[in-house]
Amino acid sequence: MEILEIFLTASFWTAAIRIASPLILATMGELICERAGVLNLGIEGIMVAGAFVGWFGAYIGMGLWGGVLLACFVGMLLGLLHASMTVSLGLSQHVVGLGITLLATSLTYYAYRVALPEVTSPPKIEAFQPISIAILAYIPILGPALAEQTPLTYLAISTVLITSFVLYRTPLGLALRAVGENPFSVAAQGLSVLGLRVGAVVVGSGLMALGGAFLTLSAFDSFFFGMVNGRGWVCIALVVFGAWKPHKAFLGAILFAAFDAFQIRLQQSSIGAEIPYQIFLMMPYFLSITALVVISRKAEVPAALMAPFYKGER
Amino acid sequence: MRLEAIPHPSLSRRFLPPILALASTVFIASLLAMVAGGNPFAVLGLIIKGAVGSKFALLETLNRATPLIFTGLSVAVAFRAKLWNIGAEAQLYSGAVVAVIMGTGALAWSPSVLIPAMIICSMSAGALLLLIPTLLKTRLGVDEVVTTLLLNFIFLLLVSLLLEGPLKDPMGMGWPKSARLIAEARLPRIVDGLRLHWGFGIALIAAVIIWIVNTKTTFGYAMRAVGFNAEAARYAGMPINLIMMQTALLSGGLAALAGFSEVAGLKGTLTLDLSPGFGYSGIIVAMLALLHPLGVVGAALFVAGIFVGADSMSRAAGVPTYLADIMLATALLLMVVAVLLTKFRFKRE
Repeated sequence: MEILEIFLTASFWTAAIRIASPLILATMGELICERAGVLNLGIEGIMVAGAFVGWFGAYIGMGLWGGVLLACFVGMLLGLLHASMTVSLGLSQHVVGLGITLLATSLTYYAYRVALPEVTSPPKIEAFQPISIAILAYIPILGPALAEQTPLTYLAISTVLITSFVLYRTPLGLALRAVGENPFSVAAQGLSVLGLRVGAVVVGSGLMALGGAFLTLSAFDSFFFGMVNGRGWVCIALVVFGAWKPHKAFLGAILFAAFDAFQIRLQQSSIGAEIPYQIFLMMPYFLSITALVVISRKAEVPAALMAPFYKGER
Repeated sequence: MRLEAIPHPSLSRRFLPPILALASTVFIASLLAMVAGGNPFAVLGLIIKGAVGSKFALLETLNRATPLIFTGLSVAVAFRAKLWNIGAEAQLYSGAVVAVIMGTGALAWSPSVLIPAMIICSMSAGALLLLIPTLLKTRLGVDEVVTTLLLNFIFLLLVSLLLEGPLKDPMGMGWPKSARLIAEARLPRIVDGLRLHWGFGIALIAAVIIWIVNTKTTFGYAMRAVGFNAEAARYAGMPINLIMMQTALLSGGLAALAGFSEVAGLKGTLTLDLSPGFGYSGIIVAMLALLHPLGVVGAALFVAGIFVGADSMSRAAGVPTYLADIMLATALLLMVVAVLLTKFRFKRE
């Protein structure tokens, strides 16, 4: 009974949505890249950079929203680096992506050490506080949990709606989807394949950095090493789980986060005390792999994912 | 602007871009060292001195290169067949765990039996660990990049669990570390009195073997064919899935040797910080070596030198050691571009 009660508390779902928020932002970022045909393995490093830069912006007095913008900007710069190598030069998306992750992570840690040479415990900032949007509480089931969140969570949810709208209801979205399925058809229409792909990777990387910034500006109030801890890779799994569709990926992120919130609570329960805590920490990663296995069989992968496009060649 | 293949690259075409890539890496590192308040020439000098400046430094670099040769070979073998194994870190730890299980006194065998047995079992553990995501890839079409990455996190937690449970050293004063390996399970030093163990020798032998397999055997040819064009290889009647699985067994086994050699050769015990990311650095090693097995040895020495040199530079100049990681990531990215420029040139439309 103790286990079932966990699901019934409002605080559980509030926590689940909070845990889901950075995943939602970064997953939408990755989804946009992949729909345009580019696998962005820089996600993990871009999230690390976003987490640090966002926090640093707030720490030096740019304000919380200043931090958010700065994180987004740095994410877009890293995205531009990724795109100029993978899209413009057509280099291996695997190698470049991992290289960007290594570069962004090490640059971040270096910057942290250079900027704050003598700190022993990470300095704190005044993080985003939950704002109450009473009207949301009327939404069934998730409503009460949605009504008490920080502004960045609302931003994350709006991102899903905007991504979904742009992808399926605008000419730009049509072109983006086409460029991930059959870039030649887009080129034949006189649109720039490279331009669309570069744009998608830049915007997507900006969202990934926002996902990272959520960790330092909303979930916690300081930056520490290893805080992204594989979340980026989980987001790549979530894109597959969501079959490259924004609303499904969103649901996947909520499910994943609910599971994560559940394992944290289970750990603290009387049953959890008898099981090594590492088992609980492994569960989210296992869940991601399981989700990939279950979904992969029938997933509709963008046909031109990871296929570079060279003008005038077929 | 578009890229155009160069039919017969000149000598300068083939060597200038990689040299420029390395020079730019050094230049960027100098700028960053200046940002941190260091004198760039002093910082670079300290890195070189720390890497090769004394007998002690040189041996340290060779020791550090040992696991990197193994993980570099592992990645090179896998990437050549376009099997994206990013899980060398987990495979490394699997080898280390097996070395600890077998080498802490459970088996009272003589070294001539025990060490080969440990090598075989460690390799099997790493091989099996990579076989899982490879089977998921070939049977169910699950992308191996994400699964191997996630397995790294899972396996490290498993090691943590083992070190606090079954493998915990009863004399360890509560620290999460394993018991020490018995003397019979330790890799001896290559030369008496020099702090360099046989793991380095095994790594060199492994590189030569992989080189021979790559160039002189049909299996090596098959791996390259699958990586170059899997569809064409399929039409030619090659069993793609079987070749993928064989590649996985080889790649996973090589990465596991890194863990075995660190435990049996260097540390003598297993802790959670056995590998400071050797699995991920292996990707840089393999790419800098252009996936060539003998090049892996050179690249591993270079990467190890940067790490060891940066450690000692950081102590002397106060510039964070992360400079080493930045240099290597930069070198990786610039090298990929450089290799492209050895074969292609930009042409105006």
